[in-house]
Amino acid sequence: MAIRRRDFLRNAGIAAAALSLPRRARSAEAASIYDLERFGNARILHTTDTHAQLNPVFVREPGVNIGIGEMAGRPPHLVGRAFLERFGIRADSADAYAFTCFEFEKSAARFGKLGGFAHLKTLVDRLRGDSGDGHSLLVDGGDLWQGTGLANVMQGRDMVEVANLLGIEAMTGHWEFTYGEQVLRDNLERFKGEFLAQNVFLTEEAAFNDARAFDSATGRVFKPSVIKELGGYRVAIVGQAFPYVPIAHPKRFTPDWSFGIREEELQKHVDSLRGTDKVDAVILLSHNGMDVDLKLASRVTGIDVILGGHTHDAIPQPVAVKNAGGTTLVTNAGSNGKFLGVLDLALDKGKVSDVRYRLLPVYSELLKPDPAMAELIGRVRAPHVTDWSEKIATPDRLLYRRDNFAGPVDELICTALRAELDAEIALSPGFRWGVTALSGQPLTMEDLLAETAITYPETYVQEMTGAEIKNVLEDVCDNLFNADPYYQQGGDMVRAGGLGYTCTPDAAIGSRISDVRLSGGKALSANHRYKVAGWASVNGRQGAPVWDVVAKYLRSGRLFQERLGSGVTLKGVDGNPGIAGQG
Amino acid sequence: MSPRPLATRRLILQGAATVALLGLGNLPFAPAHAAANDKYPEEAFKLKNEADAIKALYGRAPEASDKVKLDAPEIAENGGVVPISVTTTLDKVTSISFFVAENPSALAASYRIADGTLPSIANRLKMAKTTNVTAIVEADGKLYSATKEVKVTVGGCGG
Repeated sequence: MAIRRRDFLRNAGIAAAALSLPRRARSAEAASIYDLERFGNARILHTTDTHAQLNPVFVREPGVNIGIGEMAGRPPHLVGRAFLERFGIRADSADAYAFTCFEFEKSAARFGKLGGFAHLKTLVDRLRGDSGDGHSLLVDGGDLWQGTGLANVMQGRDMVEVANLLGIEAMTGHWEFTYGEQVLRDNLERFKGEFLAQNVFLTEEAAFNDARAFDSATGRVFKPSVIKELGGYRVAIVGQAFPYVPIAHPKRFTPDWSFGIREEELQKHVDSLRGTDKVDAVILLSHNGMDVDLKLASRVTGIDVILGGHTHDAIPQPVAVKNAGGTTLVTNAGSNGKFLGVLDLALDKGKVSDVRYRLLPVYSELLKPDPAMAELIGRVRAPHVTDWSEKIATPDRLLYRRDNFAGPVDELICTALRAELDAEIALSPGFRWGVTALSGQPLTMEDLLAETAITYPETYVQEMTGAEIKNVLEDVCDNLFNADPYYQQGGDMVRAGGLGYTCTPDAAIGSRISDVRLSGGKALSANHRYKVAGWASVNGRQGAPVWDVVAKYLRSGRLFQERLGSGVTLKGVDGNPGIAGQG
Repeated sequence: MSPRPLATRRLILQGAATVALLGLGNLPFAPAHAAANDKYPEEAFKLKNEADAIKALYGRAPEASDKVKLDAPEIAENGGVVPISVTTTLDKVTSISFFVAENPSALAASYRIADGTLPSIANRLKMAKTTNVTAIVEADGKLYSATKEVKVTVGGCGG
């Protein structure tokens, strides 16, 4: 601990994002990195995509996050050194460790874990205390109720309790919807804050059948926004849920609801907040993903700041986007409880006159856990901790998610699926949530659940033709690399086990994937039928949950017998700074 | 029960009343301004290619116009029933037609707009795959269009 503290003292230095001022080279002391200069008259704190990680975690940021076309080389599509240079972060600093994959393993030993709700609670309370009564607000961008075995068996109830104690006053959602309408509504009954979503509407059939809605005239299922008084000014928070819930997840969870970006409805609502409600500021609490938010900010007017999530991008400074009505700032606040977004506003009558934004890493070792939150976490975890503490393997390498095309966690899952289900090929979804496990550390069932815990975990084996397999690869690849962000769903490329291919990200759909071959090197044949295993299908499946299949494989001691390697060759992205070691 | 759901029903019914699907019955059409649409365009509905279908229906090509407001999802929630609607500020509208470029037959629907009717059509189209949807509005004898890509995806894999 003493050594770690020295490391922080020497190397911590939050990348300050003072938009109105030139960036200062800071060398803050460990004890003072959370002492923020007073600014403005209102403070909004933002968490997002915590994925129910109650305790501190290791999470390696991506080494591959390619942007193509207009997005090439622009935040969030910068990784490693290119990211450090863009944001002026020193390579040996704690911030370099928090924000990038740069020398991750070395730095993990020096700076320890990040996040944890007890640590977050301490930081939130401190920052709210600093700004004074009636001057602060805490909002969450969703993906709060999913991501751990505990959240999954409790269907998010644990996280509602935690959110109430943390003091979250407004939230929107994504994975929250995958518990289905009844559980969602039951949880929201207990939630002390507001659940906001301007972009969820009853389907025509559901409206006709008088299904429950917040506003049956418009068909809006949830309250679109809330107006909060902060420091004597009126600030509207508008919720934007993940636009593609019924596409990215089984439709059976949300049969009565239709989503979408709903740009036009959003514009109307913002206009009414400005014109009728005479608010002084409009904040969009968004689960669109950063690329979508950047485009939306260029088209929708009247929004001061978009507090963004979904794509898990930890971006230290807001991106200013011009539109017909002025400028909108776009942020994205990372994932897994690693960061707390701090938006300080200088509010005037009818406008925001100045802004300061910081994305603070939640360094667990620098924050004393809040006792009440620590007690709550202990209590909700207690009934399950013993069941899930069994060591099932000791990995001989770093296990992480993220990267556009592959990662060791998913390679392990694919290897296990192929072996246990006797399939030639395995497909695993490109989820971005999930934590990082250090090499040589015991891996428990709880760790495995943190990579796999969803409400549709059933595995399957099916026959697919080579043409069908290529079509799946093309389809998902377009979700990542469509030149128009509104056609991107977020998430990464479907992981393929037993299959290699060449990908040209800036080609058109249908031409990005080529040279598809089996692990032996044989080319995939369009008409041949292959045995394909997978999980997390949007169609109903009956197989054992993926965590049991992977645990069974790991318990047999086989772990990584195959040589790891993504098997994906990239074309046309030489020099792209979205690939570590390039740019 | 609150009275609001009734209002919803009314809205939907009103919306439905403005829609008359050509080909469903022998609706009493006024004489057409343009050559097309005075009888069931059997030939146009059979053609595979979009340009051919447009030509068969209207005899010429439209010009793109921002006065044709085409509302369609970026990504369809269900390719089997994709909600697509058109409104326009153009005067003297006599027909509105929908084309799905890569459906087995490109012409999906064609509506005759009777005199004095609000030129507003909402319908749900079946789409085989990701492709462009084009709406053509025939107004005062001229053709105007708007196009949007609608993605039909296999789904899954959200972050």
